[in-house]
Amino acid sequence: MHEIIQYISSYLTSDKTPGAAGNMFWVLVYIMLVFAGLSVAVIAMNWLERKILAHMQVRLGPMRVGPHGLLQPIADAIKLLLKEDIVPSEADGFVFWMAPLIVVLAAFTVFVVVPFGPTHAITDMNIGILFMLGVSSLSVLGIVMAGWASNSHYPLMGALRSSAQMVSYEIAMGLAVVSAVMMTSLNASGTGTLSMIGIVQAQQAQGMWFIFKFFPLGLIAFFIFAVAMVAETNRAPFDLAEAESELTAGFHTEYSGFRWSLFFLAEYSAMIAVSSIAVTLWLGGWLRPFPNFLNGAPWDQAFCFIPGITFLFLAAMCFYNTMRMPKHPLFRVQTIGLAGFGVVLGLIGLVLFVPAVSVRVQDIFWFSTKVAGFMYVYIWFRGTFPRYRFDQLMQLGWKVLLPMGLGVLILTATVGLWPLIQQTIWHP
Amino acid sequence: MTDPNTTLSHLDLAELATHEKPFLDANELVINMGPQHPATHGVLRVILRLDGEKVLGLECVIGYLHRGVEKIGEHRTYTMFNPYVDRMDYVAAVSNGLGYCETVEKLLNVEAPPRAQHVRVILTELNRIASHQLWLGTHALDIGAITPLFYTFRDREEILKIYEKYCGARLTTHAFRIGGLQYETYTGFEKEVKKFLNFFRPKIDEYEELLTTNRIWVERTKNVGAISAEDCIALGVTGPVLRASGVKWDLRKAQPYANYKNFDFDIPIGENGDTYDRYLVRMAEMRQSVRIIEQAVDALPEGPIMAKVPKVMKPPAGEVYHSIEAPKGELGYFIVSDGSTQPYRVRVRPPSFVNLQALDLMCRGELVADVIAVIGTLDIVLGEVDR
Repeated sequence: MHEIIQYISSYLTSDKTPGAAGNMFWVLVYIMLVFAGLSVAVIAMNWLERKILAHMQVRLGPMRVGPHGLLQPIADAIKLLLKEDIVPSEADGFVFWMAPLIVVLAAFTVFVVVPFGPTHAITDMNIGILFMLGVSSLSVLGIVMAGWASNSHYPLMGALRSSAQMVSYEIAMGLAVVSAVMMTSLNASGTGTLSMIGIVQAQQAQGMWFIFKFFPLGLIAFFIFAVAMVAETNRAPFDLAEAESELTAGFHTEYSGFRWSLFFLAEYSAMIAVSSIAVTLWLGGWLRPFPNFLNGAPWDQAFCFIPGITFLFLAAMCFYNTMRMPKHPLFRVQTIGLAGFGVVLGLIGLVLFVPAVSVRVQDIFWFSTKVAGFMYVYIWFRGTFPRYRFDQLMQLGWKVLLPMGLGVLILTATVGLWPLIQQTIWHP
Repeated sequence: MTDPNTTLSHLDLAELATHEKPFLDANELVINMGPQHPATHGVLRVILRLDGEKVLGLECVIGYLHRGVEKIGEHRTYTMFNPYVDRMDYVAAVSNGLGYCETVEKLLNVEAPPRAQHVRVILTELNRIASHQLWLGTHALDIGAITPLFYTFRDREEILKIYEKYCGARLTTHAFRIGGLQYETYTGFEKEVKKFLNFFRPKIDEYEELLTTNRIWVERTKNVGAISAEDCIALGVTGPVLRASGVKWDLRKAQPYANYKNFDFDIPIGENGDTYDRYLVRMAEMRQSVRIIEQAVDALPEGPIMAKVPKVMKPPAGEVYHSIEAPKGELGYFIVSDGSTQPYRVRVRPPSFVNLQALDLMCRGELVADVIAVIGTLDIVLGEVDR
């Protein structure tokens, strides 16, 4: 018994990921945490997307289920679970059944290597970024299967569009990633890394997020990746695969109920996944902002408080809105619920003020905040842009992003090797 | 104008007629778009022949919303039929009513008093704005921009409020009567209309800011569904679609009705006849409508609102055709009277129905996504197509 407790608690002081430390107990805990956290994030994203879009579009969005519609995603989830599961009679049953599973599996598996902090990842792989790109592109298989198995025209066209799109944008994406990976090798030993944690540590060591590296090369690579990742996840303005006004719902037209919700889940977790890649590669992963201008111990201490303050602020917003709720018996339950939600947020905020906790957890906070920023941009895009046409999308991918990516790659290599070139050519 | 018989440049009528052509070629995909489809604006069914994403040809199947409006006209008195016309183009009900009332007035040889004419112009132009707003919102939605829809609906609401205050209805207004108006304007009508104009002017800029220079919007609409002026005339296409092709033909100027000749306004025209030009033309038309309403409100005369019209209308036997410039194009009514209280025949020339004929020509060689854009830009209302 004692040994077991020691086995469990030994990890708490470790500075490695549970996978790297070989601690199976914590690996399982982290898998469950990531799975639960991801599901909550998808639910929250669903609510936020509807609310933010609604406010951009001069309307209120969900307001009925729970205070400010907070329980709407849960109500939707229940509805989807209870819905009749329809398999079209002409569909290929097995493939139809497999497709959502593959998509969800691919979307969730990539989170094995996502570094929420130096110690907060399920495991650290030395080919982390390669693993992420590889596994996330497997989801195209599920989409093609879904489109084919439905045995219907619209899903077929949606699947074809989607696979062509994902395959072509992956190339530009890969080139941008390579240029970031190359930047990691600019250290004393001259060896780069593909490990997700290693990439962030390289940014820490070089004292610079890669988005600012070799200005503007890092920025351009980031931009290429940012465009490609929106296309990769089939989101507006590249949402041709599920272009509602053209192909009704694209590859998942024939899906309903729980199977449909699996596609939904996969889409949102894929968005979070690619945003995590972008954050890791260019925005310093779990590192806090302004490491150079506001450095030193006092500033570190100050930034430690920000997670707690953020949650307290959210709690205060809840309480403020509790006061603004209509004073009507019908709204009593909702008002109490909102206050309760505020209390929960406030308690989380208070716990985050405990130094031992905040030191350990603030990495996760910064990482999630950066990813949340990307999520907001995704919603913003959806609210502002019309949809690209298929040929224009391909044109953008092959004729603009790909040459740009190649150019950035070559320039990054040249600039990175410049000191060496100087040494060998001018001062041999 | 060129001879319509020689101009169907790339529209092969013979090919259109042969459905026996091998329809299911190995490279061809036949897709049935509609009648339940989010972007066909109601219950239009389009049978698309595709090669991959390229449209080889298409065929419209209509009639899902056929209610026999014209036949109903033969069994109602002239007055009783008036509300039915509102149900054809239900987003521009006021224009429909204006066309019908003026046609019967022509048959009866009466003329509405000046005040009624002015109010008619104000309400009809407001209706043109409302119709174009609805077109803009749904057209942008079809192309993937979801936000303009909500902006246009928010502003359209103000127009509907004016209607509601004036006649109690918002959509199918039945605002006009044969010979003039049923109701005097409510107190503060002029002020409210002016308030709307001042509110609306910056809103057009707001729509344009979202779309006109938006790169994706321009790419999606420029050179998409282009149609030449000759083809437009040959097919009988009217309204903003015709004007975007560069033909300066607006019935408000060409054959002035109501009292449009008293007002100063321009006819915006396009050059290329593509979707983008049609967008620009309609946006400019909204601005012109604002101009017309402003003049009409300023010059609103006092006086009676109803001409002397018999309670039981028995127009002299004969026939009459009268057309107006509805928001979607030339809306014509052809009424044959046999001297009884009911029309012998009512025939409507709906702009949507005629404009829809150009769909095949405009879509050939384009991609599937463009079909949606073109249906949106034709601004059809299926209630009017099917009647």
